[in-house]
Amino acid sequence: MLRHLISAADLTRDDAVLILDTAEEMARVADRPIKKLPTLRGRTIVNLFFEDSTRTRISFEAAEKRLSADVINFSAKGSSVSKGESLKDTAQTLEAMGVDAVVIRHGASGAPYRLANSGWIDAAVVNAGDGTHQHPTQALLDAFTMRRRLIGRDAGLGQDLSGKRITIVGDVLHSRVARSNVDLLHTLGAEVTLVAPPTLVPVGVDSWPCAISYDLDSALPKCDAVMMLRVQRERMNAAFFPTEREYSRRYGLDGDRMAKLPEHAIVMHPGPMVRGMEITAEVADSDRCTAVEQVANGVSIRMAVLYLLLGGNEPALTHARTNEEK
Amino acid sequence: MSKILIRGAKVLGGAPQDVLIDGETVAEVGTGLSAEGADVVEADGKVLLPGLVDLHTHLREPGREDSETVLTGTRAAASGGYTAVFAMANTFPVADTAGVVEQVWRLGQEHGYCDVQPIGAVTVGLEGKKLAELGAMHESAAGVTVFSDDGKCVDDAVIMRRALEYVKAFGGVVAQHAQEPRLTEGAQMNEGVVSAELGLGGWPAVAEESIIARDVLLADHVGSRVHICHLSTAGSVEIVRWAKSRGIQVTAEVTPHHLLLTDELVRTYNPVYKVNPPLRTERDVMALREALADGTIDIVATDHAPHPHEDKDCEWAAAAMGMVGLETALSVVQETMVDTGLLDWAGVADRMSFKPAQIGQATGHGRPVSAGEPANLTLVDTAYRGQVDPAGFASRSRNTPYVGRELPGRVTHTWLRGKATLVDGKLT
Repeated sequence: MLRHLISAADLTRDDAVLILDTAEEMARVADRPIKKLPTLRGRTIVNLFFEDSTRTRISFEAAEKRLSADVINFSAKGSSVSKGESLKDTAQTLEAMGVDAVVIRHGASGAPYRLANSGWIDAAVVNAGDGTHQHPTQALLDAFTMRRRLIGRDAGLGQDLSGKRITIVGDVLHSRVARSNVDLLHTLGAEVTLVAPPTLVPVGVDSWPCAISYDLDSALPKCDAVMMLRVQRERMNAAFFPTEREYSRRYGLDGDRMAKLPEHAIVMHPGPMVRGMEITAEVADSDRCTAVEQVANGVSIRMAVLYLLLGGNEPALTHARTNEEK
Repeated sequence: MSKILIRGAKVLGGAPQDVLIDGETVAEVGTGLSAEGADVVEADGKVLLPGLVDLHTHLREPGREDSETVLTGTRAAASGGYTAVFAMANTFPVADTAGVVEQVWRLGQEHGYCDVQPIGAVTVGLEGKKLAELGAMHESAAGVTVFSDDGKCVDDAVIMRRALEYVKAFGGVVAQHAQEPRLTEGAQMNEGVVSAELGLGGWPAVAEESIIARDVLLADHVGSRVHICHLSTAGSVEIVRWAKSRGIQVTAEVTPHHLLLTDELVRTYNPVYKVNPPLRTERDVMALREALADGTIDIVATDHAPHPHEDKDCEWAAAAMGMVGLETALSVVQETMVDTGLLDWAGVADRMSFKPAQIGQATGHGRPVSAGEPANLTLVDTAYRGQVDPAGFASRSRNTPYVGRELPGRVTHTWLRGKATLVDGKLT
């Protein structure tokens, strides 16, 4: 296992399957009356959030607390760009206080990479989203959700996503979720198609291990899962698309479009959803939409990642099972 | 006056000869010259070049003396074999008046390491709106002939047209930083495969090429001379080649780093590789080398851009753009152009001394190594290979992308009008 988790591209197939399998074990903890493991007792994890993100921070915090780690939340609001030195100084200050791992969310692409590779600190670094670069735990929880829904909770153990066809729709250009998912899903053997207006696909995308389409309707009948990305309304002011309505008409998922999906296919969304923009309420609230499930799975995945980065090689649930027997 | 005999130097890479300096001038070039009354420098097969001329240097004084001063910058220049540097106008205050350019020029004269020829801003405050007093800067003691808003593009077509026309009155040249501003909002690196993966804002080649295309057409239309700063893409090469074939008066420069480094290095997110224009692709690098060899690109200019450590020891987006270059330029050119067989040493003398002096009208620089010429000379140990160690830099800043990289060539001696500024690799 790696020492840091910076990019989904750094994970091998076996790393990724191990994380997914470990997350299944962690998920069992959530089904118990006492949702806690002693695994990271005495370890300190800091959640270093330079960008507002309530849901991701809470998810990491829940995961850390379920593993009995001591948790410090650090919210550094404001532009890191306007105070360039603060990342290094903040990190060093925290490490001086004896931190074992840093979970970092930063508006600048590459900030977690710098933190892990500049010799500024020794702690393990987990990327909780950096700029428009990567959000590896999101991709892992998405893969976890797909494996459960498309293969099965027990049947999926030890399995990857070979042959599954995944369509990711929306603002690929500005999306770290899309980048992480393309990397991880490719590693896990899935076939990925990105669907977006050409303005929201980066120049250079042709080197990515996925297909590109500008037409949502033709992609839908052929996929096992469709992932809708959030599209910020402000994008239309920079001429990425003419109007919100036109975007919805061409790239939004409504009931009619959902009906074109194969019976078993699921609808995913990393949240927060912009209802009426990329997804209608009808779809968001349907049984096929896994948005809420993804949130729950996020805690299991983050427990698995922190356990594997910090907990060493012991089986995750040794102590827990003993506790259960009491 | 003191005499210096440089014995057995390969003048411009040719057969070994002796060069006798008497006072400020080259007295004699030949074989078996008498050493009587002269200090002897055994060149021992080293290459003797005319003192190098850099048309694009940031000396940072006045305003950012924490990163460089005229003194430290000119010591770095002497160390790199330069005898004249053109100092860019983006200082604080901006070099947009006769007062500021005269101050910078005088500081260069006082320190005596290297002639400093200030570049004047094209527009007041580099804001691209109103022409600065170009004539006053030209008539000042600094005698400015090159004008540039470098760091910012003169993007308004009318202002650019007027500037090109106006400087014709006194034979000036406008040096354009070609960067279409709207296409490069939030730009962090070359737009392409690597930026798509790294999620860094793209700086597309077309943002440079579209401005160059416009400016060569403007220069043609008004019959003026335009110089393109730090040309960085294969497409820009094509446009300049086309313009020259049409007889348009355009000259262009390339930096050493664009001849060697590519955007693949940005994968490290190490801001030491952050520079404007950004590092491009391998294909661009090869096109730039070829264009420098065939003369489409006229000169090498360093774009020496010193920055304090804290502006590079941070996350990519927060970091300043730029690299120091004066002390490594000749080595990079040897590595990329000479050792690859693309250019001989006479070609290097042309691209790094004769031509830049000609474009900038630096009197007394970029002259042949022959009797009667000013003794602006540099001696290079081309057999040397060594790792770049910024701890040894004379520049106040250390933001070099070549740390630990092995490069060929080392400047051992520099003479400015017969006065040694560098002896055995040590500044005087």
